[in-house]
Amino acid sequence: MLKFTTDHEWLKIEGDVATCGITDHAQDQLGDVVFVELPKVGTAVKQGDSIAVVESVKAASDVYAPVSGTITEINKGLPDEPGLINTDPSKAAWFFKIKLADKAELEALMDEATYSKYIA
Amino acid sequence: MNSSCYDTLGRVPLHDLHVALGGKIVPFAGYEMPVQYATGVLKEHLHTRAAAGLFDVSHMGQIVLRAKSGKVEDAARALESLVPVDILGLGIGRQRYALFTNDTGGILDDLMVANFGTHLFLVVNAACKQADEAHLRAHLSDVCDIEVLHDRALLALQGPMAESVLARFSATTSAMKFMDAGAHEIAGIACFVSRSGYTGEDGFEISVPVADVRKLADALLSQPEVLPIGLGARDSLRLEAGLCLYGHEINTQTTPVEADLNWAMQKARRTSGARAGGFPGADVILRQLGEGTVVKRVGLRPEGRAPVRDGAQLFASESAPDPIGHITSGGFGPTLNGPIAMGYVPSALATVDSKVFAEVRGQRLAMIVTALPFVPNTYKR
Repeated sequence: MLKFTTDHEWLKIEGDVATCGITDHAQDQLGDVVFVELPKVGTAVKQGDSIAVVESVKAASDVYAPVSGTITEINKGLPDEPGLINTDPSKAAWFFKIKLADKAELEALMDEATYSKYIA
Repeated sequence: MNSSCYDTLGRVPLHDLHVALGGKIVPFAGYEMPVQYATGVLKEHLHTRAAAGLFDVSHMGQIVLRAKSGKVEDAARALESLVPVDILGLGIGRQRYALFTNDTGGILDDLMVANFGTHLFLVVNAACKQADEAHLRAHLSDVCDIEVLHDRALLALQGPMAESVLARFSATTSAMKFMDAGAHEIAGIACFVSRSGYTGEDGFEISVPVADVRKLADALLSQPEVLPIGLGARDSLRLEAGLCLYGHEINTQTTPVEADLNWAMQKARRTSGARAGGFPGADVILRQLGEGTVVKRVGLRPEGRAPVRDGAQLFASESAPDPIGHITSGGFGPTLNGPIAMGYVPSALATVDSKVFAEVRGQRLAMIVTALPFVPNTYKR
């Protein structure tokens, strides 16, 4: 299942784990990404917490926890290759995986069709 | 081109071209300007250092200072009353960096001054151009006629291939050396050209009539080496070159000595020089030239990968409670492939390899004082 947030993050949900990243629309708005800071594995996060940072040449942007849960894995290679966020935001440049604390939170998130309309 | 309205932005003559080229238009100094094109800031920056980049800087002010006597020396003497710079010694066909100072030794603007034989030609920052014009009129109108060139645009062609590109349209620009300035015909258009720029690369700044700027821009952009470059890359290029940006490294609260711009103040205007002092803030500036300053502008490199940006406070250690300095410009240097910054630190720490700590998102990040420029200049001297 693929879900999207109003902050332009995508979530790929498999069982009770969500793999998360930022959307192509987000990377296009950001411009060339030069730095990314990921949360630590094991961190408990609440939906809406600022848990990661993405910096373009011009500015820093916060990345928020799209859902509540625990960080189970982070994309370890990403901080060494921040440009991947521009070239492959939807697959290779995933940021972190969250073990969901409350699956009900997913209901309020957008599906792909709704997100496409949102950014149109 | 009037940027004095607070809620409407001015447009440069090439605005439609920037939009047609896919420019991302943002407000800057009262104008709508392209911060980048589809190429993106990183690639635009790298392209400029590898080939040739074309920048539209028409938002800047162009001013002619002509002595009522008709003698350029009189205009030079008059301008010397406002800048700590040797203008009288600036030869015909030469350009020099200058600073308007105020009574406390602070900086009102930085500018380029060129001697065109019959008059001086000034290029000033967009954000300050109205105040600069008023400043010149308030102090020099008895001796000089001051004419703002509203009907001229300004382009910059920068990079190792700029000379060969321009040579296809002009028979005389290749012979210019760094900081030469004068009238040159480019693509059949009468231009004012200087071999200078704001990127650390070899290149040219070209003043062109508004009526002809599209023709010139199209001609240069038609060359395979040339890409249009936005203000985002202009900023990362000048940061790598260690150049000051008015409002950041220099402002009314910084003196040229604190800003490490001593080189711009020639001997003739210093204590014991032929025309020592005689500019606003001379007492402060000349004293600082002799005694030193409490703070100094330096280059800084974060130890890690996180950029440290304008406004970040600097501390002597990871736990020291009181800031000792601040960052004035910071971001990412594409040529260096890492973060870079400039800022003010106590003079005692203004030596290469000194370590200070910047506070970023509640954490203290180590930064090392680094020699400027970060990237060597390639001026054609």
